[in-house]
Amino acid sequence: MEQLLLAITDANEVQAFLGYCLQGLTVGALFALIALGYTMVYGIIELINFAHGDLFMLGTIMALTVLSVLGMTGQAAATASSAQVLVGFFLILLVVPVFCGAFNSTVDRLIYRPLRNAPKLAPLVSAIGVSFVFMNLGLFWNAAVYEDGRPVPAASPRSFPDLVSSDSLLGEDATFRFTRKDAMVLAVTVPIMIVLTVFVKYTSLGKAMRATAQNPVAARLMGIDVDKVIGMTFIIGGGLGGVASVIYSLYINTTSYQVGFQMGLYAFTAAVLGGIGNIPGAVLGGLIIGLVRTLGSAYVSETWTSAFVFAILILILVFRPTGLLGARTREKV
Amino acid sequence: MKSDTPARFHFPWVLVALAAVIAYPLVPDLDARLLQFTGQPIGRGISLLFIYGILALGLNVVVGYTGLLHLGIGAFFGLGAYITGILTVTAYPFQIGFFPALIVSVLGAAFLSVLLSAPVLRLRGDYLALVTLGFGEVVRFTLRNLEEITAGTKGLKPIPPPTFLGEVDWADYRYFYFVTLVFLVLVYVMLRNLERSRLGRAWVAIREDELAATSMGINSAKLKLGAFALGAALAGLAGCLYAFRQGNTADPDQYGFNTSILVLCCLILGGIGNRNGVLLGVVLVVGFDNIISPIMDSLIQSSVTAAADPATGEVKFFGLSLGNAGSPYLSFSGWRLMLFGLALILVMRFRPEGLMPSRRGREA
Repeated sequence: MEQLLLAITDANEVQAFLGYCLQGLTVGALFALIALGYTMVYGIIELINFAHGDLFMLGTIMALTVLSVLGMTGQAAATASSAQVLVGFFLILLVVPVFCGAFNSTVDRLIYRPLRNAPKLAPLVSAIGVSFVFMNLGLFWNAAVYEDGRPVPAASPRSFPDLVSSDSLLGEDATFRFTRKDAMVLAVTVPIMIVLTVFVKYTSLGKAMRATAQNPVAARLMGIDVDKVIGMTFIIGGGLGGVASVIYSLYINTTSYQVGFQMGLYAFTAAVLGGIGNIPGAVLGGLIIGLVRTLGSAYVSETWTSAFVFAILILILVFRPTGLLGARTREKV
Repeated sequence: MKSDTPARFHFPWVLVALAAVIAYPLVPDLDARLLQFTGQPIGRGISLLFIYGILALGLNVVVGYTGLLHLGIGAFFGLGAYITGILTVTAYPFQIGFFPALIVSVLGAAFLSVLLSAPVLRLRGDYLALVTLGFGEVVRFTLRNLEEITAGTKGLKPIPPPTFLGEVDWADYRYFYFVTLVFLVLVYVMLRNLERSRLGRAWVAIREDELAATSMGINSAKLKLGAFALGAALAGLAGCLYAFRQGNTADPDQYGFNTSILVLCCLILGGIGNRNGVLLGVVLVVGFDNIISPIMDSLIQSSVTAAADPATGEVKFFGLSLGNAGSPYLSFSGWRLMLFGLALILVMRFRPEGLMPSRRGREA
């Protein structure tokens, strides 16, 4: 805290502080992207989709696989030409979200849909089960993607080719670092969030989604194919998770079968922080968590950031029991 | 309620099971023979089942009776273990005995649980679940980061063995086996009586319909707090026993979200709200993890090593290449999460009330 106050008084430190904030917002945008998958599914069928984080993890391994097929992992990545890098980037940005969306909706069709009228705990527990299965799939898959022709221990983290460099866009000696990677995250996430907002607000499918979220029975009576709408929600939520896995892989440059649990937990926290079921809330929650994590590790200590995130979550829920923007939801009796 | 009508004769499975677990260490050489046969100290593993049984019964008070989803029970398990650790290791000046440490662990866990849940009781459903999850993670990180107090990931050690039985050799698994069994039976009987008491029925009323329960004059806030406190107290008891059994507090990661979910899985697989079902779930889940899986692993490992090509490590099965000998799918524990996950999915699909549903649930 003292350091924080000190930071505000010194002009040079102010710049560093703003740099941390920007970095926090960038990471936050990533959390928000994953959080959207949680919140959209929750908003429509009141299911905490525990498997979403692990779907994200499978996405990162899918991205690694695609790059491995293209011959762009390991040593080869460093020598790839910029055209190759561009092709690789757009290819994974296309393949991974499609894969995640399709996989997510298949799981919904096979596992969650038969449980629509079951007690609320049943789909939740199934989601925990799916999360376990995904994690195990990730473990196997991770071992199956060879690096330079050599097998890799399944549980070990995998390094991801550094396709997007971390050169500062504002010159190397500026205190205010804004890297190519940061730019990539914002260039992908911001348009997606805008498109999503427009989609949910103005298209007929978006309207159908909101109607189903509000009252599935009434929505069905109005002629909305509720099952199709729910399926679409899973596709979109999964697809957003897939985009997040591509961005994450290129930003953090490492993945492992456990990464989904960790990121999923933060993203889920972000969704609840903003008010689960609320789309702008998830984005706000993601940004807040990104800021807390970055500023926490910059000014206090890296080892405490996770504890901070959850402590802040508890505090916010004490004062706003339905999250920051989740005031609309009310108890149905 | 059927308690007024003469009860049908039920085969006393619980007593049979109890007799079996009492008999197991008393049969001479049984454990030693099994150790020779399977390569696993099964008796020691069973005492872990008893400890997890207490933990799961504690969680059952919150989730099963009162219907509040609690995703952070592992934290209270850990708090019990660490309170015991601080009170008994030589690094601290306390070094009190087994029973005082046990009482402080139980009360300490309960107190912290009340402290946490009091401000968040007005949260509903999933939000409450997330607060418990968040609290669990805060506790885990705190235990890990406060290295001056908790020794970080190394854990506090050595925790001296209890002295109330005089000078006995605690390396013999049978002492902890019976100590933990006695506590499990005590907890079981206490919960059995509690279920039939005014308090137990009030909890179930809150679970079934909180609004109706409060309009019948039940103080739901107070009772929920009580459920959280009792659940945490039992978790603290389990943690204390666990620390004494291990001789150290173990790594804080032992008490994280994974453990909480594991215990929740025991409840769900076995039958939520039903004591016997919960214990069955513990036998299946924790027993699978700690007893069956190592045995299967060593069996499969030996045949995989035998089948592996000594030069390349490639495993061939009837001429079909199965990949490298170190591949996760060639070991039993590599499939652990898959089996768990599929079990949860299938149970929810075909027996959503668990393998042994709660009787109250069936009548409703």
